[in-house]
Amino acid sequence: MSEILLQIDGIEVKATEGMTLLEAAHSAGISIPTLCHHEKLEPFGGCRLCIVEVEDRGWTKLVVSCVYPVEKNLIVRTRSEKVDRIRKMIIELLMAHAPDSFQLLEYAKEYGADRDRFEKEASFCIHCGLCVRYCAEIKQKNAIGFVDRGIRKEISFIPEISAKECWDCKECFPLCPTSALQAAYVLTKALTAT
Amino acid sequence: MDNERIDQIIDKHHGEASSLIQVLLDIQSENNWLPKEALKRVGEKLHVPLTRIQHIATFYKAFSLVPKGRHGIHICMGTACHVRGAKRILDTIENMTGIKPGETDLEMKFSLETVNCLGCCALGPVMEIGGKTYGKMVPGEAADVLKNYE
Ligand code: SF4
Ligand code: FES
Repeated sequence: MSEILLQIDGIEVKATEGMTLLEAAHSAGISIPTLCHHEKLEPFGGCRLCIVEVEDRGWTKLVVSCVYPVEKNLIVRTRSEKVDRIRKMIIELLMAHAPDSFQLLEYAKEYGADRDRFEKEASFCIHCGLCVRYCAEIKQKNAIGFVDRGIRKEISFIPEISAKECWDCKECFPLCPTSALQAAYVLTKALTAT
Repeated sequence: MDNERIDQIIDKHHGEASSLIQVLLDIQSENNWLPKEALKRVGEKLHVPLTRIQHIATFYKAFSLVPKGRHGIHICMGTACHVRGAKRILDTIENMTGIKPGETDLEMKFSLETVNCLGCCALGPVMEIGGKTYGKMVPGEAADVLKNYE
């Protein structure tokens, strides 16, 4: 596979074709905040927190690093005034849904985000899709999925499948950046208990 | 809807997973709604997980996971219809059918839904029943139209 040279935060990074910017950064020990990324899962690009600034032949643009493939001679900045401002906003918006998520609280501290900036609409799930994708891609049980769309989108267990599979697995629980997943499972279990 | 008919629909689309939405649409239009058993059957035959089918069936408004009446009534609440008295048409229909938007009556005769534009603002207020459009409605006329449906 051909090697690609690019620059991330001033450091020369060697990457291979097909890698994402996020992977290249990680390989160079540069960290980028993420919420919906998991190395064992297909890239999703749902949370947009991993946004970075990219300079290509004099043009600067914002891209989502967990889905953006490396390119030759790119100049990447993982932090900049603009990037930080966007991340702060994303965190603040997500915190309207999940104000007590540890992961979000930590990022909020780092980016100076105000947990109470937006009126709370605590649905707890931030639609990162980790649980849904883990169950589909790794476990291949498809016990949990999304339903509906837009502001009504939420996760939903298929009762017949989860009654059989979930109790002994629960591997998705620790992936969830909020407490929504566990709550949904407890609810499903209560409803299917006979 | 029985499995045999569902299988026929699936065969019509050559049993391809990529035709999932078409299959669901066919079932929806024949049966007026998508019962869970039907979704399970489709999932098994097309090898698509139920989670994905559920996501699609809840994503598009064309699908319903609850039983629907034989005639779907759509009343336009868009701006043009609104200023021309759509609310009064809606009140009339609500009174006659005894249902509110999003509901279906017990005899499964009507389902009522409001929409935000039917694309024929010049005809407002517009009411649509089972795909047939009735324009320039006044409450009395809307009531007469409704009486024609069995
Ligand atoms: S329940 Fe948790 S893991 Fe699943 S999509 Fe929502 S936030 Fe992500
Ligand atoms: S980690 Fe890249 S969009 Fe969520």
